[in-house]
Parts: sequence; structure tokens; C-alpha cells
Amino acid sequence: MKKKLATVWLDGCSGCHMSFLDMDERLIDLAEHFDLVYSPIVDQKIFPPDVDISLVEGSVSTDADEHKIKLIRERTATLVSLGDCAVTGNVPAMRNAFTVDSILERAFGDRPVTHPEIFQGLPKLLPRVRPIHEVVKVDVFVPGCPPSADTIYTLLRELLSGGSVDVARLTRFGA
Amino acid sequence: MISVEELDQIAETVRTERAQGRHQINVCVAAGCLALHSDTLKGALAERAQSSGISCQVRGVGCMGLCSAGPLVSVEPGAILFQKVKPEDADRVLDSLKAPPAKQHTDLRQTPFFKRQFNVVLENSGKIDPENIDEYIAEGGYRALFHALIEMTPAEVVQEVASSGLRGRGGGGYPTGLKWGTVAKAHGTIKYVICNADEGDPGAFMDRSVLESDPHRVLEGMTIAAYAVGASKGYIYVRAEYPLAVKRLERAIREARRLGFLGSKICGTTFEFDIEIRIGAGAFVCGEETALIASIEGMRGTPQPRPPYPAQSGLWEKPTLINNVETFANVPPIVRRSGAWYSAMGTPKSKGTKVFALTGQVKNTGLIEVPMGVTLREIVFDIGGGMPEGRKFKAVQTGGPSGGCIPEQCLDTRVDYESLKEVGSIMGSGGMIVIDDTSCMVNVARYFMEFCMSESCGKCIPCRAGTAQMYDILQRITRGQAGERDLELLIDLCDMVSATSLCGLGQTAPNPVISTLRYFKQEYLEHIHAKRCVAGECRMAATQAARS
Amino acid sequence: MTQAMEVKTLRIDGVDVSARADQTILEAARENNIAIPTLCHLDGLSDVGACRLCLVEVAGTNRLFPSCVTRVEEGMQITTSTDRLQKYRRMTLELLFAERNHVCSVCVSNGACELQALGQSQGLTHIEFPYRFPQLPVDASHERFTLDHNRCILCTRCVRVCGEIEGAHTWDVMGRGEKARVITDLDQPWGTSESCTSCGKCVEVCPTGALFDKSDVGTRARKHPEFLTYLNEMRGGQS
Repeated sequence: MKKKLATVWLDGCSGCHMSFLDMDERLIDLAEHFDLVYSPIVDQKIFPPDVDISLVEGSVSTDADEHKIKLIRERTATLVSLGDCAVTGNVPAMRNAFTVDSILERAFGDRPVTHPEIFQGLPKLLPRVRPIHEVVKVDVFVPGCPPSADTIYTLLRELLSGGSVDVARLTRFGA
Repeated sequence: MISVEELDQIAETVRTERAQGRHQINVCVAAGCLALHSDTLKGALAERAQSSGISCQVRGVGCMGLCSAGPLVSVEPGAILFQKVKPEDADRVLDSLKAPPAKQHTDLRQTPFFKRQFNVVLENSGKIDPENIDEYIAEGGYRALFHALIEMTPAEVVQEVASSGLRGRGGGGYPTGLKWGTVAKAHGTIKYVICNADEGDPGAFMDRSVLESDPHRVLEGMTIAAYAVGASKGYIYVRAEYPLAVKRLERAIREARRLGFLGSKICGTTFEFDIEIRIGAGAFVCGEETALIASIEGMRGTPQPRPPYPAQSGLWEKPTLINNVETFANVPPIVRRSGAWYSAMGTPKSKGTKVFALTGQVKNTGLIEVPMGVTLREIVFDIGGGMPEGRKFKAVQTGGPSGGCIPEQCLDTRVDYESLKEVGSIMGSGGMIVIDDTSCMVNVARYFMEFCMSESCGKCIPCRAGTAQMYDILQRITRGQAGERDLELLIDLCDMVSATSLCGLGQTAPNPVISTLRYFKQEYLEHIHAKRCVAGECRMAATQAARS
Repeated sequence: MTQAMEVKTLRIDGVDVSARADQTILEAARENNIAIPTLCHLDGLSDVGACRLCLVEVAGTNRLFPSCVTRVEEGMQITTSTDRLQKYRRMTLELLFAERNHVCSVCVSNGACELQALGQSQGLTHIEFPYRFPQLPVDASHERFTLDHNRCILCTRCVRVCGEIEGAHTWDVMGRGEKARVITDLDQPWGTSESCTSCGKCVEVCPTGALFDKSDVGTRARKHPEFLTYLNEMRGGQS
């Protein structure tokens, strides 16, 4: 039976997804073994139940991210922190030494706002950006910025066949 | 150079003066009472005595121990002790010279606080004027030095100290005689003696009090040590926060030099030794001997891996004997009376007495000296007088940030190095903090961890970064923001930081956590799971989600 | 060395080795191709025993010994890589990663960093401890070099190379505990330092991207701490 695979994009640059796509033709072989049930690259709005593997890119930076990751955790058997933002907080977490207000002020403070309504309903920034495992339990950590296509391929191949991976042999922080 | 006969003469003069029937009014001028303006009180007493024509001597003396009842005034002869004396009480104190003491001033010396104590180190504290060398001499001071220099070989002095069973009072408990023997045997013509007076444990003031109350005792102990190990130069490393101790030491060193107890041809012999004061800049880690040595050398006070031990290669890479204030203060009576006399006190492995600074939530706080082997219960409930009204005993903390919290079921533990270790604490330098049911034990652990974190020198990673992480976790627990995983990390860190840190500071920093986890784990779990602090001390934040 | 040196025999990880009496466990191990991880140690500088990564177990005692400063002894039985030691090493590295802001992806030393490499070789894929995210300054006042405190692990190699090899003693450490940091002269901007000779030795020995040459930004330039052993040899000192 095909496994249910999801890929998630929280606060990150989407580089990890690019790396995922960089598997190129190997994706075709892999696709024999999974259904992509949720992803920024498929048209599915609601995270489905009973997902086997979730690859999560990005850190937890907003209240929406926090809400999402908790739901994903509930509905996922094997949760993978994919890439440095998910694993360490990485670039998004560089704002953590400062307050949210001072960051918003620095970014938007001296710009005239002509359409204030566009800010309504935006997710609220959390006081601190956190790696995923500081919010929910994570099963596999795959550091790298981004992890290479080879790394993701080896990982997925093993996970889909029920094997385990010594990730530190494949990749590292900043790889 | 002064001779033994002249020493006798000085003592005789002081004694005659005292025996002339004149009353002495002794006002404590150690830091505790001084902070309550005992100097003003002393002035007021002298003035009133003079204006009312009462013949008496108003003197400043060292610490009398019962600091919580200060300012203390004692009247001799008669051994009457007045507590919480204000300048306007001067007349009442003076009245007691004429008539039997007023009823309200019951003789405190007959209370358990004093009766259960036994003074060796503090034998002169509160009795002599610390700024007058003659008074120290009158109590038998510098006799031991004469005895050692004239009648004993250095090896015999080492032997005497070894036979006393004295162990390092700074906390380590290393046999003092063994240490002296190692330095004595070490090769080299230049050797040093260092007195570690960098007392830094929160709530501890034993060494300060000894230095303020009886500084010559320490100088004499150091000089005997120098003779025993073959050193000609000594340093006293005092923290800058002890200005009064520094002032009295400076004066004592000047007086000792004047009478030939320091300098060349000490006591008329060929032995030379002098002492210099070095003032620390307030770093707790400088109480660690290698950091202290680095600081004396003018470098940043950070510890170095041992070996080499200071006894082999210490100050300026020369063999160095380093002992704590209280250790040196024990030496003159041991040499004067004998090692056998000293070793008759205490338990089989812990000899003599120990000075404690009894503080916290207990009725009588202050400085006490007890024979090794008394139980913690005797100290807390007899000497300390037990809990304040309506409070319940919870734990007693010994050994400062390196020590542990001992609960009620272990109160019959005897005070000796091994027994305290068995129950998860240490003897330490002598801080003893009583904790009652209004205190949260997690918060106690957090407090000590904050201390270690800010006092870590930052050199080794486990201590620098490990204490910071442990503090963060304890902070989260006391705020109700911690999860089960935090407790696991905390326990892992306790193990790792104590096993891998470079010096004693880091190696013992987890102890307050380990001991509170051992006896009060329930409190940790309640904070984590029920978000409840049984002592009502911690404010739980309901907002932030706990880490899974 | 003309005088015959006393030789000790000992056992490291089950291998019988011999070493000169003045050698450390680390030296003896490395001569016999037994790897012990280190960060503060650097061939050519004095040892401080600060990083605690090189701790080893010695039979007969529960105490751990820093192999960089522990001399070999006759009959020692040393284990360099037990489960316990590996756990401690991983925790030590995790503590470092969590202590300051080590953002490998944007670091000038990404791919050429000893901390990063050690993290990988010790099997780190994530940090269990919460990141502390301190706010730390960057000193770019020197015309050629930059000091980024975010990436400093306080190994004090810069302090030692400057004092021991260059003889300038521009670098030192100020502050205590987590607030400790390296400083130039009396904590003034590096660019205004009067003692700094701009020799760049500190940059070459820095194991991370805390000290870097501005011209190396974007080049993933490797540092070359091995110059030290050559320099010491040329000066006729110990290699």
C-alpha cells in the first residue's frame, strides 16, 4: 500500500521544497511508494488525517504556525523536521534577540500605510521563533540549509520502506 | 625582638588592669553589630560613663555570636550580656555595674544558644579587642608560635597538626597535616603560604567574623604553617567586600611586625616570614585555589586543571600551602595544647569543632561553634531555638551553592564530613541556612543555580553554559512553564555538569538541585503537572504552553 | 632532544602504546591514530583544558581526565569513547550551539567550521536544549577583520596565540559566566586597538566564524591554524 506523504511549509524560504523537487527523475520512482496528500505544490487546503510521513520545512513563528504544527502532529505518524529552520530556527530565529515590536517598527515603522486593512487577519508573530521540536515532538531531524536532494532522497527511500537513517552521516547544520 | 618573658609581661599587665576591679563594658564592633551602629553605642556608653563618673572601661570587642540580638554588650566581671542595646539604654547598662542586673536582661549566656557551643576558633571572639595585640597575648596568643619555633622542628609541627586530625575547613575536608607534609617535602627554596579568606557562600560569614574578631589568631596560624613547610612569604586573599576585616588585618600585621612575630628573626630565631594582603575583586570562583593563585599573580581569576596541585606548583609555580581562615585559626590551640587534645573532640574521622553561620528561618541566627558530631537537630532546635512562631521546619541547607538541602527525616545526622555527604550535602565552609514551610524547594534550587550561573568564570563549557541551561529550566518550573522533558534535561545536566566541569564550582553546582530532587521531588512534579507551588512562593504563568 | 627521555607504556582503547613521559594522553593518542575530539586545544599553543571535549576515562577511577593536560603514566588504561563520554560530548556541543547564535547557513565559516564539523562527527542532528538567543554585538571596526560574538565559543585560542606567539596580548576575556566575552585591549573597538599588529593569527586559529577576514566573506575560505606548528619549529621551539 502506498504511504501518505505530506510536505509542509512553515516559516522558511521554501528552499527545502526546492531541494525536494531537485530529486528530479528520482521523484518518479519514489512516487510509486507514496501519495502526496498535502503540500504547497498540491491543491489541498485541509491537512488530512492518518498521514504516514510529514516533511515540515520552516520554523514556528506565528500563532498560525503553532496551530498548524499541533494539528499536523496529531495527524502524523512520523514527523520530520526538514532543514535548518525547522531544526534550529535558523534565519527566521535571528529576530529572537529583539522584541516583536522593535522588529515591526524597524521593518514598517517609517513607511506610510495607505491600506491598513491589508494587515487585518494576518497571523500574529510569536514573541520568539522556535524550532519545531520546542513545540511538538519530532521523530526525525534533517538539518541543512537546505538538505540536499540526495539527503532527502535517501531519507525518503528509507522511511517509505520502513527503515531508519543515520542522518548525521548525510547532512549537517548549514549544509 | 620580643622574648617569652616579655610576652608574659604584656599578658600580666593586661590581666592586672582587668583585675583592678574596674568593670569592662564590651561592645561588639564586628560587622553585624556595627551595621546596627554599635560604634555610636560604644561612644554613648563611654560618654555616659565619664559624665556620671563611673569607673569602667568601654571596649570594642569581636563577634559574640548571637547576631540576631545585636547590638550586643557584655559586662565583665559578671558575664552579663545585653541584647539589642540602643544608645538610650546606656544608663541601664551602667546601672548594672552598681546593682545586680535588671531582670529584663536575663543572662543570655545561660541559654542553650551559648551553652551548647564549644569554642576553640572563637575562644577569643567577643572577649578581646581585635585591634589590640596585647589582649590577644593576654589570652595566650603567640605562645604557640614561640613553642613551635623554639622547641619544635618543622617536621614535628607538621606531625602535631597531622595528629590533631584537623581537616580543611574551607569545605574540602582534606587532612591539613597531609597537605602541610606535601608542601614541606616539595622541592624548592621558595615556598608560599596563602590564607584563603575569599569567603563567598551566600549566608556565610565565619571567616569574616574570625578576621574581624581575632585577626592575630590567623596570623599566628599562618606563621606556624610557614615555619612547618619552609615558606618565607605569605598572602591573605580577602574579598573586597570585607573592608573591616582588611582594616583589622592590616593593623594586626603592623602590630605583629612591631613585636617581631612577623619579619626577620621571628621570636629571636633565624626564621623569616612576612604576610601581605591581597584584595579580591568580588569573584566567587577566586575561592577555588588555582583561581585564587591566578588572581594573586595579577591574572584573571580562572581555575586551572589540577594536577599540578598548588602543593607542588602553586603561586608563581612554587610549592604553595593554601588553607582557609578557619583552618589556620585552629592551628595555635593545636600547637599550644597538642594534637591529642584536639583529636579528643569530634568523631572518629572529623575532629575538633566547626564554626557555622546559622541563618535563615530560625529564631537565633548568628555565628556558632560546635564540636563535630553534634546533630543537625541540636543545632537547629537547641542552639537555633527552632522555628519562628507558627512555622514548620522543612530543610536545612549546608555547604552553600555546592551543598544540599537536608530534610526533617535526616535531622539526626551528625555534623561530620562523611555523614553530611551521605545525606546528599557537604560540610562546606560553614554556611547553614534553615528553611521553613513558607519556602519552595524548587525556588531554593533556582536561587543557588542563579548564584552559580552568575559566578561561573566562563572558562569551561559545562559550567558556563550548563548552569545557564539549568537555571533556565528551574526558572520555567517555578513559573509553571515546564514540561516532563525539562525535568529529564535537568537531571541529565546535573550528571553532565558535575562530571565534566573543570573546577569545584561547576562540579558541585548541581548539588542543590540533586538534593532537592532527592528529598522534594514531589514539589518539582507539582509545579510541572499541577502548576502548583505548595509553599505558595512561585507565581505560575498560565499563558505560555509547556514544552512537550 | 639529546637526552634520553623516559618512556611510559600504557593502553589506549585496547591498544598498547608507548609515549615520552612528558607527553599528554592526547598527544600519545594522536600519534597512534586514535582520535579524541578537541576544540580549545591547538597544536602550538598552551593548553587550558576548558572545552572538556577531550575528557577520557581512566581505569580505576570514576573521575574523567582532560587528555590535553593529563600526562601519560605507566600502566594507564584509557578509554576515549564510551557511551558516557559520547553523551557528554554531544551535550557539551549542544550547550555551545544553544548558548549563542550559531546560524551556520549564513556564517562565513559554513563548511569550514570546527564546531559544525564536530557536531556532525558526534552525531548531532538537533539541539535538545532551548536556544538562548542572546543579543550580542559584532565588532567590524578593524579594517581587515571582524569579530562576531554570536559565533564565539570562548575557546581562547585567539587570546593565547596573540599572547604566546605574536606577543601582543591584544586579546583577553572579560566578564563572568555566560556574560564572558573576548575583548581587544581594554574592551575598546578592535579598530582602535593600539596593541594589535593586524597579523591575523587570531583569525587563522579561530575554530568558528567568530573571527574572520573581511575579504573572505562569501568565499567559504578555510583557515590555516597549521601555520603555528611551522612557526614554532622555525623559531626553534617545540614543534
